[in-house]
Amino acid sequence: MNDQYILAIETSCDETAAAIIRNGTEIVSNIVASQIDSQKRFGGVVPEVASRHHVEQITIVIEEALEKANMQPSDLTAVAVTEGPGLVGALLIGINAAKAFAFAHGLPLIPVHHIAGHIYANALVEPMEFPLLALVVSGGHTELVLMKEHGSFEVIGETRDDAAGEAYDKVARVLNMPYPGGPHIDRLAQEAKEGIDFPRAWLEENSYDFSFSGLKSAVINYKHNMDQRGEEIDPQKVAKGFQDSVVEVLTTKTLRAAREFNVKQVIAAGGVSANKGLRTSLEQVFEKEQIPFIVPPLKLCTDNAAMIGAAASYMYVAGVRGDLAMNGLPGKELKSWI
Amino acid sequence: MIWLGIETSNSPLSIAIVKDGQVVEEIVQNENLTHSVTVMPKIEELFQKAKLKPVDIDAIAVSEGPGSYTGLRIGVTIAKTLAWTLKKPLVGVSSLQVLAANGQDFNGVICALFDARRQNVYTAVFHGTTIEPIIEDHHSSIEGLLEQLQELNMPVLFVGLDIDIFKEKIVAQLGDQASFAPSSLALPRGAHLIELAQKQPLPSVEAVNSFIPQYHRITEAEANWIKDQKKGQ
Repeated sequence: MNDQYILAIETSCDETAAAIIRNGTEIVSNIVASQIDSQKRFGGVVPEVASRHHVEQITIVIEEALEKANMQPSDLTAVAVTEGPGLVGALLIGINAAKAFAFAHGLPLIPVHHIAGHIYANALVEPMEFPLLALVVSGGHTELVLMKEHGSFEVIGETRDDAAGEAYDKVARVLNMPYPGGPHIDRLAQEAKEGIDFPRAWLEENSYDFSFSGLKSAVINYKHNMDQRGEEIDPQKVAKGFQDSVVEVLTTKTLRAAREFNVKQVIAAGGVSANKGLRTSLEQVFEKEQIPFIVPPLKLCTDNAAMIGAAASYMYVAGVRGDLAMNGLPGKELKSWI
Repeated sequence: MIWLGIETSNSPLSIAIVKDGQVVEEIVQNENLTHSVTVMPKIEELFQKAKLKPVDIDAIAVSEGPGSYTGLRIGVTIAKTLAWTLKKPLVGVSSLQVLAANGQDFNGVICALFDARRQNVYTAVFHGTTIEPIIEDHHSSIEGLLEQLQELNMPVLFVGLDIDIFKEKIVAQLGDQASFAPSSLALPRGAHLIELAQKQPLPSVEAVNSFIPQYHRITEAEANWIKDQKKGQ
């Protein structure tokens, strides 16, 4: 059997990324051009600025992915691209580049869901075992996804308001930390000896949904009250209190779902899965529970194209194809492809 | 020599294939559809009709701006990806110049404009027969543009889909000096784009990677950021 090589492109937010994946498991090349140095002056991602950077970078990044892999377009099996969700103007750059590239070389196109990509980042670490539970946590998502086999997704819980990463960024702003705030809060929380006691949002007893806006407000109110009393807040204590609340809720709900669905593997995905506090908590809990827990290396947690290529590899085998009329779908839902 | 021309700078769409100076295929449409959905299927359709393969193309021309930011990026992303991966030169042409070419042979100057909202325009003024710029592409208030045109003191032909928005103001300020191209000349044409591109020296294939749209405006976020920096000084 011939090897399968997929060129994958990802531009859903502020990283322009291209990768080449062999047989769905091996990274041949993985290039990410980050805009963070440009975007951090705005304290967040400005969509128009993101789109402009993507146009500047797109062919350079794809070229580098091919050069690092020492490959020609004729060596490729298919072209995969993130179709959504994400910033529409940003998605459109990757999608139109992918369509033009596929047309130029007569290659099939594969439209990939960004979250499916995050989950499949783990297929680049070790084989996925089903049923599988994925905790997806990023700046835009907080979801518990149950997979019974490749290409089958059931969202059993999701955030009802802010995504976990969004709450991190907002709390970081309260603490006057630079964007993106997640890593700073994580570091402060690790250094802290004790934390402020902030609430945990458990929602209904059986719910796997999440809510972080109440926690975010509690932090803001705490700061506000301290300011009014003329007292300085201790950023370490606030960071630890906030992170403890987020991590406890995420860990507890993930554990309960893993037990209920009797899963063989638990995986973490998305930018916030790079968080040390969360990783450590999940590792400890599932070691005790004796359920294998995997989390991708840091560079595969944040947005990248390798994960898109990994998901696309399975989609290609399942016969999923896009066409030249593909559009950006900023609110695309995670659906099974089988 | 075979050229592909892509014009998506505003809501109309035009694509053309020109072979040895002859227009082989051209579409011009104004259906207000998303360029992201329409452009690539239309390009494929034109190649099929012309019995050409992507590798048969020798050069690509694209309207580089100004115009709708998203429209420009779709056209430029497609043009630049094709040019880069097929290793062909990419030539950018002002989208205002492409539009002005619709009024060629006017005895005076041609003013092309796009609405930029809040009584502003993207505009440029071109020589009526050569279509060479007299006033380069820029972002301006409509009043500022009309003052410039009054100073030129030559007959002006206005072209573009958006001239109706400003017609009253134009007539009030310029009176008989102004005339207006009919709606049959309001849509930019890919064939004109290629014609104008052919007048330019062909850039190197290596230049494709650094090709970007000419927005003629920085983003609002950057403008505010610069303002804040100045305040802080």
